[in-house]
Amino acid sequence: METKLLTEHYEKDEFRGLDGYKKNGGYEVLKKALKMQPQQIIDEVKASGLRGRGGAGFSTGTKWGFLPKNGEPRYLLCNADEGEPGTCKDRVMMERAPHQLIEGMIISGFAIGSHKGYIYIRGEYFYPRRVLEQAVKEAYAAGLLGKNILGSGFDFDLDVYSGAGAYICGEETALISSLEGKKGQPKLKPPFPAVQGYLRKPTIVNNVETLAAVVPIIRDGAAAYKKFGTEKSPGTKLFSLSGNVVKPGNYEIPLGTPLKDLIFKIGGGMKPGRKLKACIPGGSSAPVLTAEEVEKANLDYESIASLGSMLGSGAVIVIDDSQCMVDLLGVLMHFYSHESCGQCTPCREGTGWLNKIVHSILTGRGRLQDIDLLIKVADNMKGRTICALSDAAALPVLSFVSKFRDEFEYYVREGRSKVKGTSYAEMHH
Amino acid sequence: MFQLSTEGLEKVKKELKRYETRESAIIPSLFIAQEENKGWISEEVIHYLSNVMDIPASRIAEVATFYTMFNLKPVGKYHVQVCTNISCCLNGGRELAAHIAKELKTDFGQMTEDGRFTVSKVECLGSCSTAPMMQVNDTYHENLTPESAMNILRGLK
Repeated sequence: METKLLTEHYEKDEFRGLDGYKKNGGYEVLKKALKMQPQQIIDEVKASGLRGRGGAGFSTGTKWGFLPKNGEPRYLLCNADEGEPGTCKDRVMMERAPHQLIEGMIISGFAIGSHKGYIYIRGEYFYPRRVLEQAVKEAYAAGLLGKNILGSGFDFDLDVYSGAGAYICGEETALISSLEGKKGQPKLKPPFPAVQGYLRKPTIVNNVETLAAVVPIIRDGAAAYKKFGTEKSPGTKLFSLSGNVVKPGNYEIPLGTPLKDLIFKIGGGMKPGRKLKACIPGGSSAPVLTAEEVEKANLDYESIASLGSMLGSGAVIVIDDSQCMVDLLGVLMHFYSHESCGQCTPCREGTGWLNKIVHSILTGRGRLQDIDLLIKVADNMKGRTICALSDAAALPVLSFVSKFRDEFEYYVREGRSKVKGTSYAEMHH
Repeated sequence: MFQLSTEGLEKVKKELKRYETRESAIIPSLFIAQEENKGWISEEVIHYLSNVMDIPASRIAEVATFYTMFNLKPVGKYHVQVCTNISCCLNGGRELAAHIAKELKTDFGQMTEDGRFTVSKVECLGSCSTAPMMQVNDTYHENLTPESAMNILRGLK
């Protein structure tokens, strides 16, 4: 069931260093790519159907195609600001295979005609950053970065930039603001970064896994890549499995794999005596699925969307029947109100109110009409802001309340959790 | 008055030349200064950086106050950050955080009397499949139990 296109050599410690990476075929694809025409690489990536692995799932080849067709300088930014709750795959990719990312970036840089790239990594990732910085140093020393890479005449410089703690910087225009030395606040689109991004120059921002996936795509060709996954969601993807499951971890599987197979066959299912209650399939911003919906869900963009949720970053958060949904919504709302950048009123105020209302229910001060108030506030936040954080906070509310309304009503009436039998104060004083 | 060491100042000067724009050096320079100022950014630090970087203090303050990794008040020698986001919560992250604060006889966000520890609850640190976890200064500790976490903290010098 696991299909290791990207993660084949992740268990080997030597794969982290340049010598070990090369021993396992590393940088051979770069040699091949540098002999191709840049447009051929773009066409191959487009034909592969690769979709952005950070969360939005937008076609990578199409995104690259938005760049102006002139010689204007352009930047390639790698989004390594992994912060979507439940997601921990990019960290593993950078720790285990830093050169795979670097190779993917050089190839992508060559394809789009960029000579400068940055890896923007979240500040808390001290260790992966050290691993990356070491790998970049090795790559420069070996002539894989810098001027005239492998005698091809192509120049590409790469640097690693550390964020400093802000979920919003995973949004590509906020990432650009942050890299420019500002508050990490998203920018209005259009203009899209491909037209006007970092320092108002054309810029492509791609996720770690997306850039790494360019390597096997160019190695084996688009047709081989498309043998995995579904027609509209081709290839493999890393899924971060977490929560109430026996074997949590990062697993690379073909897109389209049944969600229940990931949870039960790969993840070992629930702990003894526990039953699956719900699952958030794509990071905390994705609407929650009930156990019945999990039965019908496949891990591809279309199948999850047809159930009203999102594949997102591929963070599968498993919730068993010992959990209180009101309590968990409180956790999520605290997060979004903390992380709203404060720029747009519906989000800044809305996330604050959602957090307050859920916590007033949790602390026994809730009224029945507060449940509908949650829905009303969330409805008013959707699609009214510069970026998607506001929607990301609203969607969990709407799905939690509509699918588990009885738990919310019980909590309001009794002042305690229907599942746990205790109040919030007793649960976490 | 706060001043960077000669070495720290050299690092800041290097950062100023490292990126396409000088302002990109603000985040790295704040990290350098924070490390030399016992883990936090005071107003003095902001004005000092403004002078040596020749960037308005308001621009530096804007960055220092936006990002959570810049501490705007003193922290203990060991900053213990316990993740209490959803994947950790599902695995006892909140109970872990409460246990650590209780054992260290402190409240969240407060420094212990001996100045050794500050315990904070933080948002997702990307350690979801190895929950629950805590970060002590730069280091991640994963798959914790209340006991194993306290053993790690008691073992610190």
